[in-house]
Amino acid sequence: MSGCILSAQNLHLWRAERHVLRGLSLAVRGGELLQLTGANGAGKTTLLRALCGLNHLEEGQVFWNERDVREDREGFHASLVYLGHEPPLKADLSGLENLTFWAGLRRRVTRAAVLEALTRTGAGEFAQRAVRTLSAGQRRRVALAGLILAAVPLWLLDEPTTNLDSRGQELVAALLDAHLAAGGLAIAAVHHRLAIEPARVRELNLSA
Amino acid sequence: MAQSPPPLTAPLAAARLVITRDLMLAFRRPEQLLHPLAFFALVATLFALALGPERATLRLIAPGVLWVAALLAALLALEFLFRDDSQDGTLEQYALSGQSLTWLLLGKTAAHWVLTGVPLALMAPLMGYTLGVPAAASLGIMLTVALGSLALSFIGSIGAALTLGARRGGVLLSILILPLAAPILIFGSRATELAIRGESYLAPMELLGSIVVLSFTLAPLAAAAAVRISLE
Amino acid sequence: MTWTWFHRLGSPPYVYALARRLTPWFGWSAALLMLAGLFGGLVLAPPDYQQGDGFRIIYVHAPTAWLSLMVYTWMGVAAAVGLIWRIKVAHAVAAACAPVGASFTAVALATGSLFGKPMWGTWWVWTPRLTSELLLLFLYLGYMGLRASFDDTQRADRASAVLAVVGIVNVPIVHYSVVWWNDLHQASSLTLAGKDTIATSMLGPLLVSLLGFTLYFGAILLVRLRAEILRRERSAAWIREALA
Repeated sequence: MSGCILSAQNLHLWRAERHVLRGLSLAVRGGELLQLTGANGAGKTTLLRALCGLNHLEEGQVFWNERDVREDREGFHASLVYLGHEPPLKADLSGLENLTFWAGLRRRVTRAAVLEALTRTGAGEFAQRAVRTLSAGQRRRVALAGLILAAVPLWLLDEPTTNLDSRGQELVAALLDAHLAAGGLAIAAVHHRLAIEPARVRELNLSA
Repeated sequence: MAQSPPPLTAPLAAARLVITRDLMLAFRRPEQLLHPLAFFALVATLFALALGPERATLRLIAPGVLWVAALLAALLALEFLFRDDSQDGTLEQYALSGQSLTWLLLGKTAAHWVLTGVPLALMAPLMGYTLGVPAAASLGIMLTVALGSLALSFIGSIGAALTLGARRGGVLLSILILPLAAPILIFGSRATELAIRGESYLAPMELLGSIVVLSFTLAPLAAAAAVRISLE
Repeated sequence: MTWTWFHRLGSPPYVYALARRLTPWFGWSAALLMLAGLFGGLVLAPPDYQQGDGFRIIYVHAPTAWLSLMVYTWMGVAAAVGLIWRIKVAHAVAAACAPVGASFTAVALATGSLFGKPMWGTWWVWTPRLTSELLLLFLYLGYMGLRASFDDTQRADRASAVLAVVGIVNVPIVHYSVVWWNDLHQASSLTLAGKDTIATSMLGPLLVSLLGFTLYFGAILLVRLRAEILRRERSAAWIREALA
């Protein structure tokens, strides 16, 4: 997994008539976390979605492991997981059922593996309750377990610590640490800097 | 990470997972499945109210009424095909899953048909009976409505995907879909008419069948394009 | 060499200027041919032995019906080009075509109904031609309605482009199913068999009229296209120079 690299060159993107991304370039290597900071509306979410391929880039290219992502979109997507503001959990299903489905879309996964991931994020106790009955913080913990199960090198996170208390924020930092140590890379849009080992972290301020 | 990760899920298996999940979700809230059926019964009733209880008249218009009612009920149900998944970010994740979005949407639409089209088909002979149709025609009515509603679900999925996030999406969906659904209506009502008369309805069914094949091969592609556009 | 020409067609300023130059050519030749066709149809051609002078409406009905279909095809092709290669001008062409096509369809319906009144005794009959035209009108209205329901121009362009392409595939299917339906429920008083064979003396003005209407469509399209480009590019720098 180390040796992966995501790079982008000269990205331009318009939202309605606003020129949100103006010639942005970046590169993130295995073992690195890129923190996106900036005021609301600066374009953090837009950039993340553009890197995924959801938003259309007027100009510029994104490269995954030196290959243009447009050449193999599905292969690129199979190597990444994107966690947005609202984790896509169905209220009527349990955390376990939700994650079994999402993980199963990528590869076959055992119930034991899902439960283990949920336990690691502190969601083990309420894994089998309907998501409807969980608090926002509990849902976030369930969603974070999805990151572990995805088993992919690239994590794209939009404000991963939303709704989490201080222990929850430590959890996010710990998960990222483990991911980066194993050679994975991550780009996270944050409002408060994450408590990760500074050597591994770079920052990109979009308001500048 | 795992030693050697298990192989990636195949598109067909992914579609099956989606079908299973959608069915599971629907059965956790079974009341919602009744809405299209109630609407179907209501529309058929309205026709009877408007045209009078004369059995001969009702029997004459029965195929048309059944199909218009089924069409309107299916349209009502189509609004819910993508709505929940669009609102909670599921569609976004489908587009990012590394799986073929076309296959995933094919699965969703198939599940939608099982939840809406099949019950409509089962209920149609009942409404037909109230319109003076002999009970012997029940099987024919069920088969024709089942096949027609399958084509409708697939063609409708394109409209449902296109109107995601549009203003007054419901009415717009009807205007978009109804012209495209005209062939289904034409062949379907003809097939039902023949079934009611006790004659062979094979010819219109074959035409209907070819529309079904065309729609389930091409519609998911168009729907996937429309979904991606809605995510941009 | 041909690729640079194609690339230039994707540039709004170039197309704007080109459209302005071409409009008079299309406009005047359309006027000429339409007048010639109408003169030939209304004055020179003999009256139909069965329907008399009422038949002459065909010189307007046939071209508008043919154009209603051609414009839809043109719209679909432009939309497909815009969708696949993400060319904004192509989307502008499709947007400009739609109301024109819808109008032609409406005129075809009206003239078709006028055409049929002496023969059938009523203003509306569900013949294959008229029923298909009516469904085509709904397809146009649906396309325009979809466009109007999005505030974001890009989203409106791309969604309606998918609809247009789906529509293109469906138009033949819808048409043939309507013909099938009509054959099935053929009431004996509704045959239009008389219209199929047209004498050569009538064919000439008909073709001239057809060409005239097509050029008229071209002229209208160019004018609407310029307006559409203006609207989309209103904040671009080149607009100020072009309008100066």
